[in-house]
Amino acid sequence: MNGFRSALRYLTGQLRQIGLFIALIIIVVFFQIATAGITLAPINVSNLVVQNSYILILAIGMVMVIIAGHIDLSVGSVVAFVGAMSGVMITQWHIPWPVAIVLCLVVGALVGAWQGFWIAYFGIPAFIVTLAGMLAFRGAAQIALQNQQISPFPDSFRTLGSGFLPSFGTSGYEPLTLIIGAVAIIALVLTSIRGRLTRRKYELEDEPVWWFVLKLAFTAGLILLIAVLLASYNGTPIVLIVLGVLTVVYTAVMRSSVFGRHIYAIGGNLNAAALSGVKTKRVTFLLFVNMGVISAIAGLVFTAQLNLASPSAGTGFELDAIAAVFIGGAAVTGGIGTVTGAIVGGLIIGILNNGMSILGVGTEYQSLIKGLVLLAAVAFDVYNKRRSGGR
Amino acid sequence: MEEEAVTTNILEMRGITKTFPGVKALQEVSLAVELGQVHAICGENGAGKSTLMKVLSGVYPHGTYEGDITFEGSPVAFKSINDSEAAGVVIIHQELALSPYLSIAENIFLGNEQQSNGWIDWNKTNLEAAKLLNRVGLHDNPVTKVTDLGVGKQQLVEIAKALSKRVKLLILDEPTAALNDEDSAHLLDLIKSLQAEGITSIIISHKLNEIKAIADKVTIIRDGKTIETIDMHADEVSEARIIKGMVGRDLESRFPEHAPNIGAELLRIENWTVHHALDSSRLVVNSANLSVRAGEIVGIAGLMGAGRTELAMSVFGHSYGTNISGTVYKRGERIDTSSVPAAIKNGLAYATEDRKRYGLNLLDDITRNISGSTLGKLASAFGFVDSLKESTVAEGYRKSLNIKAPSVLAITGKLSGGNQQKVVLSKWMYSDPEVLILDEPTRGIDVGAKYEIYTIINRLADEGKGVIVISSELPELLGICDRIFTLAEGRITSEVSRKDATAEYLMQFMTREQEKTTK
Repeated sequence: MNGFRSALRYLTGQLRQIGLFIALIIIVVFFQIATAGITLAPINVSNLVVQNSYILILAIGMVMVIIAGHIDLSVGSVVAFVGAMSGVMITQWHIPWPVAIVLCLVVGALVGAWQGFWIAYFGIPAFIVTLAGMLAFRGAAQIALQNQQISPFPDSFRTLGSGFLPSFGTSGYEPLTLIIGAVAIIALVLTSIRGRLTRRKYELEDEPVWWFVLKLAFTAGLILLIAVLLASYNGTPIVLIVLGVLTVVYTAVMRSSVFGRHIYAIGGNLNAAALSGVKTKRVTFLLFVNMGVISAIAGLVFTAQLNLASPSAGTGFELDAIAAVFIGGAAVTGGIGTVTGAIVGGLIIGILNNGMSILGVGTEYQSLIKGLVLLAAVAFDVYNKRRSGGR
Repeated sequence: MEEEAVTTNILEMRGITKTFPGVKALQEVSLAVELGQVHAICGENGAGKSTLMKVLSGVYPHGTYEGDITFEGSPVAFKSINDSEAAGVVIIHQELALSPYLSIAENIFLGNEQQSNGWIDWNKTNLEAAKLLNRVGLHDNPVTKVTDLGVGKQQLVEIAKALSKRVKLLILDEPTAALNDEDSAHLLDLIKSLQAEGITSIIISHKLNEIKAIADKVTIIRDGKTIETIDMHADEVSEARIIKGMVGRDLESRFPEHAPNIGAELLRIENWTVHHALDSSRLVVNSANLSVRAGEIVGIAGLMGAGRTELAMSVFGHSYGTNISGTVYKRGERIDTSSVPAAIKNGLAYATEDRKRYGLNLLDDITRNISGSTLGKLASAFGFVDSLKESTVAEGYRKSLNIKAPSVLAITGKLSGGNQQKVVLSKWMYSDPEVLILDEPTRGIDVGAKYEIYTIINRLADEGKGVIVISSELPELLGICDRIFTLAEGRITSEVSRKDATAEYLMQFMTREQEKTTK
């Protein structure tokens, strides 16, 4: 009984973290029932991953910006601008697409450097600078495309957005996807256990064993489920690999790189960070350069997926990305948030979109419901903080 | 006369006791203010003067303290500032509370708008404001924006605002702390002329010459208790008499035994001059010279507004002020301290007086706060932090400094003041500086934790580091420092070794005002 009570107390302490996953599960189960099994059908899961990939990619960059206490409203326009540039480079200038991709990433970095300069070194609030960027880069996209759409793109470039890893075997479960899933699970289990053992050795562990096992089992189960579902359709989408690599890399960056830790320090207390010798301006500048590159990646994925560079591409993406970050538990005031939280937040939005579309809910109601979900998530956060004594 | 005084007292506070978690800020404090007088309240920083005034003005509502307040002969129980202002008690805080982008007139009538049927009557507003401004001797147009006024004039606007509320008892908290001599003189004259109109004033001040100039009576508060009330007219009152009352406490508060082992000079600051961050014509630190030797604990004594923190922060990476000039030498060699990273690289550390605003990331855990200034030391070639080593380091400090927390993963925002301070100290100890500047290292910390902090300071000195301690508490400086500098109005006014220092001596030089050069 006592053990149960202490377990319960531990869980309430982790409420925000668990709450997010519970919300995700409830939403998935709800739509799975409401759509009579379509939601978790292999083809739909594959589509979910592919169609939400660019929002999830943007959310990774956005969560970093928001942790630092800033915001970026320009990412949707940057997606369009980079998409436009890729179209111009590949179809008009006839630059080989791999070279074009690299050039587009450079364009993204320059866009980020431009905005980062005004924010970090000139001291204009990010809200204003990126609002200006939202207008300016939308215009730049239209100019680059001369208000025309560009299509089609070479097939090899398109695989970046809508292609799959080569499949072996024609029927049943696709083996490569299962292998990737298995490798991911093994890597996850091994690193988790190794980390726990070393922490134990130095008496730094405070997570109960049962919770550790439960969490690990849940994550492994989730990966397994997704792998099996994907394997029974077309295999692994290439964007999933891109997304997976970005997630792992940026989780590590935010958790344990000097750069990532300085971002948390700046968002948590700018003055204290500056007095601790953090080069706050440089970190802010690099943060926006990074956001520019991530926006460029999202722009390339989106363009490749649609096989179209359009001046109106990416409209409203910034809002979806920001919503994903806040649903994922980031604090409006900065200093708090995680990459995985933002990913889960983005998935919640994606599944809501997808499920409601399948059910034939009109876009007006979709927008209404998404708005309420965002508000509820943040209200839950605020309530939770107040309950635990607040700050 | 003494017997009649009871009937002519406008204010009587009896047996006021106010407790904050862990601290008794006021104990059985009594104060009687006679109608139509200027009554000064004196005491060291943290003695409880401001707390007493907050009790009086309803900032701390009735019920959160013990004791009785009688105003104009009848008992009162103010629940908010609105209550006390309605009764005619108006407090003007040290930090002015004006809205900078509104006009003088708008500020005066903020919350008390001159209206008819819900619409503001601008003519009446500006006309009434002009009348009030005339009374306080401010001849600016009432539509001038407050941000365009200097601090002295803003102070006058505050007083005009108080007059608009039909003030009977005006409380001024350190009114001249931020003013130049001319503005101060004007303000004191104004208080006198208000007195002639029958307005009673309570003035909190450190400046003894001002008190001598205008106060009828002085009440001295020390350690949250009333010590005495001196009649400035009856007795032959010298500044020394007031100083004795302010500092004359038993020096039995305990300090760890420490035999200093002082070596060669480590750090020397020469001709350090700093101007105010917002007003570059105002000198905040005026060609200060000081030094610290290896293994030495050097104190800086100064009253609020003397420029202590400004001195420290400007030395540490030019974190405060404009037009900074002067030189910093380490072991005789000139070093660059013009940015925080440079200052850290050259072996300096600065632990701020305001931990919550400038010292800690309260959202993050102990580990990450401790490693905050020194992440580079823990990082691999690729810029990734060795989190295991980081935790081990933090755990080491948790044990050796006795930081009371469930683990190093505890969020610093939830720790007590003493433990937060230990986290700040750990952070700077880990950066392995040669000279540490500790600004009010024991502010807001209970007695037990103070002792631990003193022990840590001694330990740092024993390791051969130079330690500079800035403190408002004279016993603390006298208890732990080997040498003490006094600072008044941005100038170093004296330097004294431990054996020659007394509280009276320090207070004398801390309150020494600059000889008037002009006028």
